[in-house]
Amino acid sequence: MSSLERSDVERLAALARIDMTDEDLDRLSGQLAAIVDSVAKVAEVAGQDVPATSHPIPMSNVHRPDEVRPSLTQEAALAGAPEAEEGRFRVPQILGEEA
Amino acid sequence: MSNMTYDSAMEQFDPVFGIEVHVELNTKTKMFCGCANEFGAEPNTQVCPVCLGLPGSMPVVNDKAVESAIRLGLSLGCDIRESSRFARKNYFYPDLAKDYQISQYDEPTCFEGSLDVVLDDGEVFTIGIERAHMEEDAGKNTHVGGTGGIQGASHSLVDYNRGGVPLVEIVTHPIKGAGARTAEVARAYVATIRDIVKALGISDGRMEQGSVRADVNLSLRPKAAPGEDQDVVPFGKRSETKNVNSLRAIERAIHHEAGRQADLLLAGKPVVQETRHWHEDTNSTTPGRSKEEAEDYRYFPEPDLLPVEPSREWVEELRGTLPEHPAKMRARLKEDWNFSDMEMRDAVNADALDLILASVDAGATPQAARKWWMGELARTANDREVSLCDLPVTPGHIAELQSLIDDGKINDKLARQALEGVLAGEGSPAQVVESRGLEVVSDDSALEAAVDEALAAQPDVLAKIQDGKVQAAGAIVGAVMKATRGQADAGRVREIILQRAGVEG
Repeated sequence: MSSLERSDVERLAALARIDMTDEDLDRLSGQLAAIVDSVAKVAEVAGQDVPATSHPIPMSNVHRPDEVRPSLTQEAALAGAPEAEEGRFRVPQILGEEA
Repeated sequence: MSNMTYDSAMEQFDPVFGIEVHVELNTKTKMFCGCANEFGAEPNTQVCPVCLGLPGSMPVVNDKAVESAIRLGLSLGCDIRESSRFARKNYFYPDLAKDYQISQYDEPTCFEGSLDVVLDDGEVFTIGIERAHMEEDAGKNTHVGGTGGIQGASHSLVDYNRGGVPLVEIVTHPIKGAGARTAEVARAYVATIRDIVKALGISDGRMEQGSVRADVNLSLRPKAAPGEDQDVVPFGKRSETKNVNSLRAIERAIHHEAGRQADLLLAGKPVVQETRHWHEDTNSTTPGRSKEEAEDYRYFPEPDLLPVEPSREWVEELRGTLPEHPAKMRARLKEDWNFSDMEMRDAVNADALDLILASVDAGATPQAARKWWMGELARTANDREVSLCDLPVTPGHIAELQSLIDDGKINDKLARQALEGVLAGEGSPAQVVESRGLEVVSDDSALEAAVDEALAAQPDVLAKIQDGKVQAAGAIVGAVMKATRGQADAGRVREIILQRAGVEG
């Protein structure tokens, strides 16, 4: 795996809506590249016989029955909202995005 | 902006389309938490830390939703993956509380199926299914200010009751070879999916409430030169029209997009690969965000959820619960009920099939059930701008109405008045007949008196009848019916008239 480029970090920052200065980008692209390269070393030891593992604990089918449990009250749900109106979360204008 | 017509676009280009259908499951609870999955509650009263994405909360899969997804996959002829997992699809939008949607990416539960859809003229078209995967729905935005749309709004309000409701998204392979029948095939495909989910009982299938929603992808490519294989011609650039939420709109959206793209191509302009929004009011689409800009969802396996590994025994058990394919069921009902092609098609298009079936099960004859649902009731639903199933009339009412007629308690005309009463919320047909006093006058002495009065008023008619012109009795029947406000049995009235005139042996 190749090292992470500055432009990759810039793009990721934009996708993650994180405002970064040129200075931040310079500093973090170096640090992040070091992390990515270190993690990539795992690929060197893992052979074809080692399957990719997303879940390290060998468990599956942990489900719950389809039974209603109590929800929060509207007041509790909105308690942490920066702004609320008519029982709903109030958010700023949504522009340039899809409806 | 006027588009080329669909027909001429189809004459000049070869269309390729694909459809993504989202089916909202009717489980009691949400996909990953125990909040109720019910339409129409007060805003933000069916939410909890899990579906609001509060820190420290953990999702747990609803086993009924997995069962529903597998049954749907099996109905679409899909294979069921032995091990599938969830993935996070990352994007920012206010209706998404967690800033990611839990979906499935490289390991969907159901994959590679096919579905036969039957067009109105009986032609069968096979649609290849790429996958059917589980995911969660988003909340609902209400835009405030401006004209209610997103443009010009001052701010938006979000209700997360729908956030986390289980969905199954069904994705087709690119569908080729439908040519000028593309719009019809697309419509029939979505109608078939809707019928299947209703038959499975896993969703109410109501498009107007968003329980079944479709995104329509369409591209046009040049027609192959004579002797050339159409399959070697590369696909054109496609547009994806989002949230096309009625069967009629699916056809119209394809008509519109085909015309729009054909115009661009013929003018030598490129079709932009983008998301477009469907506008029901103007039957047209407008551009949303362009694809290459937005589509970087950075999927990764959802670490908070474990893989889903349905046992083969369970999958086979579920296969045993599948209902008949809707097209087969329709063919069977059409024969059982002795409906004409047109009667059947009209009933299907009016969404009346289930209601007719339930009425027949409740004891009505198929023709009587069809007559009421497709006649009076279809007109009323149309006037009130609601679906047939939203009228306050049940299949049981129709069976009851029919038996009142069959027993001679009411005639057809009175039955209509009884139905009006039912529609007005006055109770069952029998109750309305009772409370409005609608029973036919079967007391002969009352009828004889009315007949005598009518005959006395029209002596010339009496003379005609006695002269052998029996059909003249119609005028007297009419007068008697009028006098009894329609509550007489016309056949009996006729008999009495002939007796009185002395012409009946």
